[in-house]
Amino acid sequence: MQILVTVKEVAAVDDEFEIDGLGIDDRYVTADLNEWDEYAVEEAVQIKEAHDDVEVVTVTIGPDETEETIRQALAKGADRAIRVWDDALDDAGLLDPETKAEVLAAVAAEEDPDLVLTGVQSADDGFGATGVTLADKLGMEWGAVVNDLDLDLEAGVAGVHRELEGGVEELTDIEIPAVLTIQTGINDPRYASLRGIRQAQSKELAAYSLSDIGLDAAGIESPLEQTSLYEPETEGEATVFEGSPEETASELAALLEEKGVTS
Amino acid sequence: MSVLAIAEHRRGELRDVSLEQLAAGRDLAEATDGELHTAVIGGDVETFGAALNREGVDTVHTVDVGEEFNHDVYTQVVTQLTEQLEPSVLLMPNSVNGLDYAPAVANRLDRPLVTDVVDIDAEDGLTATRELYGSKVETTIDVHAEQAAVTLRPAEWPTIEADGDATIETFDPTIDESAVRSTVKGFEEVGGGDIDITDADVLVSVGRGIEEEENLDIIYDLAEALDATVAGSRPLIDNGWLEKDRQVGQSGKVVTPDVYIAIGISGAVQHVAGMKGSDTIVAINTDPNAPIFDIADYGIQDDLFEVVPALIEQFQ
Repeated sequence: MQILVTVKEVAAVDDEFEIDGLGIDDRYVTADLNEWDEYAVEEAVQIKEAHDDVEVVTVTIGPDETEETIRQALAKGADRAIRVWDDALDDAGLLDPETKAEVLAAVAAEEDPDLVLTGVQSADDGFGATGVTLADKLGMEWGAVVNDLDLDLEAGVAGVHRELEGGVEELTDIEIPAVLTIQTGINDPRYASLRGIRQAQSKELAAYSLSDIGLDAAGIESPLEQTSLYEPETEGEATVFEGSPEETASELAALLEEKGVTS
Repeated sequence: MSVLAIAEHRRGELRDVSLEQLAAGRDLAEATDGELHTAVIGGDVETFGAALNREGVDTVHTVDVGEEFNHDVYTQVVTQLTEQLEPSVLLMPNSVNGLDYAPAVANRLDRPLVTDVVDIDAEDGLTATRELYGSKVETTIDVHAEQAAVTLRPAEWPTIEADGDATIETFDPTIDESAVRSTVKGFEEVGGGDIDITDADVLVSVGRGIEEEENLDIIYDLAEALDATVAGSRPLIDNGWLEKDRQVGQSGKVVTPDVYIAIGISGAVQHVAGMKGSDTIVAINTDPNAPIFDIADYGIQDDLFEVVPALIEQFQ
């Protein structure tokens, strides 16, 4: 069987940063593999280790520069990677979930996976909608925000827990093939071993344009237009204690005692 | 601009976001002289329908299918009802269940989808405000379409409390059972251990800023010095450093202690949802821009590894 895992390079923003136009100034960002995708990759690799003949393929939408990040998933056990990029995607501006799902669906149609795992959301734009949109485009069943997965390949069912709000989980059986969006905490993502990192260098990382996967670049148009980016006004009225750690701790201790906190 | 808002319920309770959507939807509808519709799908639709009859609502649609949420059923019903009413804006909750059907509905209706919206405006076309990079920045997005789908972040709008004079209508969808390929088997409460953070008067709550599991010792020491209970934010529970019982936030517990001390917690919206009702909130964080300072009453913008030991000393 094949498991397709969607992965994305995201930008982590420093505590102190500056805005440059509609983005964050490059000087204050670090590229990293999306945290949710790390859990999705780990889940796929664990399934591969538990069953015979499972291939784990990652797919990403991103330019050349993202390859180093994408190789992290190969170093952790994915078998090969696919990267799709095109000037038309660059020009489209803010990519909405539908546009991303259209690209991913074209790859999935070619790969014909039995299971697709995505992160619940990405740490940057956080739409949280690409996975379920992808499922619907592929005519697959789906489950969003999965934090426990028990795969019964013979029955063709994924028994999942969906993490609802308020400490409640929904227990659901989902027919496969399916797209599951994976929540953090579902597993304990491994660190890449040195051997894994070495092996990743020789694993296949195929780069495709839109026409390579049968899409018309002229048809790529996002209906969403980002018009501004700004730091939200702080609504806070916190009293901030100033001074050395000893001084601020002393002020806080006095406050806590006033509030009735005692040892 | 007409609006259709889809209510959410779980285990017999209508969730607040259902009434918050009515507030957002009413503003959109009024600004453009349009109608506000809302719909409830499954469960005790009669009771839910009556509860949704709030000021400003023109029509409440009740759809009597099933008891609990099932995304295959919701997707079909919302798609059909939207096709019939053709609202300019389809509002759904940006909840775990909302995100389990809204993208499929938007895809089937060929409507652009904007999720996790914190503000919305219809003055000059549809403009949605969202947060990026974990609430570090906000962005405005123009939606270039006549008809759109939007999911609203819970707890950003007030609930409408005043009664309304809406028409209540039943809607009979056609459910293709062969397309229902998921079965909800039940629910499970997580945690269930001995620790009850909801009962504590003082919580010492720790986040990603603690960096290493070994460093938790100073947090336990502080809790002991203050006779407080240790709680934490999601990353610590995901890492297995703290028990699930101790998680504060959207997917954990909602706490309202007398004093909540947030240490090394940035204050992501999911965390804040679980602790904003605390009487006094104290934040210790190196990042002066951390959103936790927006809701804190008192703050120390310094290294927790220096402040916490100094604080322990104060109580010895």
